Amino acid sequence: MINWKVILSIAKTHLLTKIKQTSIAALGVTFGIGAYITLVSFMTGLNGMLDDLILNRTPHIHVYNEIEPSKKQPIAIYDKFKNSFNVVHSIKPKLSQKKIHNALPIIHYLNEDDNVRGALPQIKAQIFYIAGSIELGGNLTGINVLDEAKFFNLKDYIIKGSPEDLENNNNGIILGIGVANKMSLDIGDRVQISTIKGAIFPLKIVGLYQSGIADIDDVQSFSNLATVQRILGEAENYITDINIKLHNIDLALPMSKKIEQQFKLTAVDINTANAQFETGTSIRNLITYTVSITLLIVAGFGIYNILNMLIYEKMNDIAILKATGFSGKDVQLIFMSQAMIIGVIGGILGLLLGLGLSNFIDTIPFETEALPTIKTFPVNFNPWFYLIGITFAMISTFFAGYLPSQKAKKIDPVKIIRGQ
Amino acid sequence: MSTILEAKNINKYFRKPVLFHVLKDINFKVNKGEFVSIMGKSGCGKSTLLYVLSTMDTDYEGELYLNNKLITQESREKLSYIRNKHIGFVFQFHYLLSEFSVLENVMLPAKKLGIKTFQEIEYDSMQKLKDLNIENLAKKRASRISGGEKQRVAIARALINNPSIIMGDEPMGNLDSYNSENVFNIFKQLSDEQGLSLLIVTHDEDFAKRTDRIITMEDGRIIY
Repeated sequence: MINWKVILSIAKTHLLTKIKQTSIAALGVTFGIGAYITLVSFMTGLNGMLDDLILNRTPHIHVYNEIEPSKKQPIAIYDKFKNSFNVVHSIKPKLSQKKIHNALPIIHYLNEDDNVRGALPQIKAQIFYIAGSIELGGNLTGINVLDEAKFFNLKDYIIKGSPEDLENNNNGIILGIGVANKMSLDIGDRVQISTIKGAIFPLKIVGLYQSGIADIDDVQSFSNLATVQRILGEAENYITDINIKLHNIDLALPMSKKIEQQFKLTAVDINTANAQFETGTSIRNLITYTVSITLLIVAGFGIYNILNMLIYEKMNDIAILKATGFSGKDVQLIFMSQAMIIGVIGGILGLLLGLGLSNFIDTIPFETEALPTIKTFPVNFNPWFYLIGITFAMISTFFAGYLPSQKAKKIDPVKIIRGQ
Repeated sequence: MSTILEAKNINKYFRKPVLFHVLKDINFKVNKGEFVSIMGKSGCGKSTLLYVLSTMDTDYEGELYLNNKLITQESREKLSYIRNKHIGFVFQFHYLLSEFSVLENVMLPAKKLGIKTFQEIEYDSMQKLKDLNIENLAKKRASRISGGEKQRVAIARALINNPSIIMGDEPMGNLDSYNSENVFNIFKQLSDEQGLSLLIVTHDEDFAKRTDRIITMEDGRIIY
C-alpha cells in the first residue's frame, strides 16, 4: 500500500528546505519549456505567413486550356505511313479556343462534389491601360468577386475599397497598385481599358489591389465576370480558367488527374506548382524542434544533477526512513515525486513564460509590402504546442528523477547506520 | 510466557574483502516483557546480529521468528511493513529527520502505517512525548535540540506504533551519565509497566547488569 499523503509531505519538506536548489532546477525547466514555446510559436507563425503568402491565393487545382502542339501529329494517324519513319519539321501549337468548352456545366458539376469547397470561374484577358498617349500592357481578370474573397482571401489584398464595391458596380475595376501609381489614379477615378482588338472602355476604379509582388501589381487588375465578357465581346459562357479549392489539400493530385481525364483539360495541382514550399516548411520545423529538444535535454540534466546531490545529502534520512518501515519503493517515490513536482511547476511557469514572450513578439511591429494585412510579427498560438511542452517537461523530469531515485531505492540502511 | 523474537541457527558471512564467518550458529529467544542486553567486545558481531534481527539485513542463513511467525525469506515490502508495525529502533547516533519538527518525526512511522487518523496520530505522539517529559519540544526543529533530548525523541518515535519489541544499538553510547541514566529508566519503565520487550546492544557493564538477562557474545558465538 502506498501512502501518498506521507510521501508527498516528505517530498514537500525536502523541496521547501532546499528552496534555492529547487528553484534553480525548476528554472532550468522553465527556461527550456519557455524557449521551446516561444521558438515554436514564432517559427510556425512565420512558416504559416510564408505559406499563406503563396498558398492562400493559389487554387488547389487550376484548370485551363493549355495552348500546346498536338501530341499525335496527323501523319501518325494515316495508315499508309504506319511502318515508316516520319520526321515533322516546325510543329506549331494546335489551334484551339482559349475558353473552356462547357465551362458552366463543369463548374456546376465540380461544386456538387463533396470534396470541393468551391470551384470558381475566371476570365483572363490581355489588355492595355491607356493614359493619354501611353499604353501600359496588363492583365484583366474577370472574377466572381464575392466568392474570390470568400475562398481565396482576396479581401486581404484589396488595400482600398472592398469586394462589395466591385460587385455593386457594373463598370468597376480593382486596379493593381503599381498601375495606379504609374498613372496617378485613385479610387473614384476612371481608367481607359483597351482590348487587343482595339475596343476602348472606360472603367471606374472602385478598389486598389496589392499582392506584395511588384511584377504582379504592375499589371494585374480585377473586374466582374460579366464586365470582362462584355469588354471582350464574348457570350456569358466564356470562361478561360476554373480555380478549385478543396476541403483536403492532399486530394489535389488525384483530383487534378481525374479532371484532366474526364474533361480533356489541363489541371495543375498546388503541390506540383509549389513543391519547394513543402520542403522549406519541413526543414524549418526540423530546426525548431532540434533546438527545442536540445534545450529540454539540458534542463533534464540540471534536474538529474540536483537530485543526485540531494540524495547524497539525504543518505541519513533515507536510512532512517527505511529503518522505520518505509520500503525502498516509498523512498523512490519520495524522490520521484520531488522530480515531478519540479517538472510540473517548472513546466507550467515555462508555459507562462512562453506565452508572455510570444505575446510580446506578437506586438513587435513588422510591416512588409508583401503582406498588407500583417502589422506585427506573426505568432502561432496553437494549444498543441503547450500540450507538447508540458508533456515533454514531465517526461524529461521523469527520466531525470528516475535514475537518482533508483539509487535511493537501493541504498542499504545498515551500511549507512553502521558507517557512522 | 509468550515468545516475541526467536533466532534459530543464524549464520552470517561477510564476503568482502575476504570471506569471514561473522555469526556462528546463533540460537536464542526473547520473551514478552523481557529486558535483554547483548554484550561483547568490539567486532564480536553483536551489532551485526542486531541488524539481522531487525530484518534490515537479509543476507543470512537460518530462521527468524517474530511473534512465532517465520519472517525469513519474506519480501522486502513485507519486511518494511513488519519493521514499521512491530519493531522500534533506537540508534547510537540520534537519527532524526533534521528538517522536520520533533512532533513530525514521531508521527512519521504512524502516518506510514496509516491505520489511525491524523488527529489520533497527533494525539498519540503528544502523549508519547509527554510520557518522556519532552512535550515542550514538540514544535521545535529536530536539528535544534540537545543530544539527550534527541535520543528521547527517537524513543518516542520507536514507540509510536506500539511495537512488539524495541531494539537499540548502544542507545546510551554517546550520552553523558545523567542522560544515560534517564534513558535507562525510560526503558526499564516500559519493560516493567507496559510489558514491552527490549533488546539492547551495549558494552556498558553497569547498564547490562541492571537488565533482566545478559547475552554475551564472543567471536560470533553466544557464550552464555
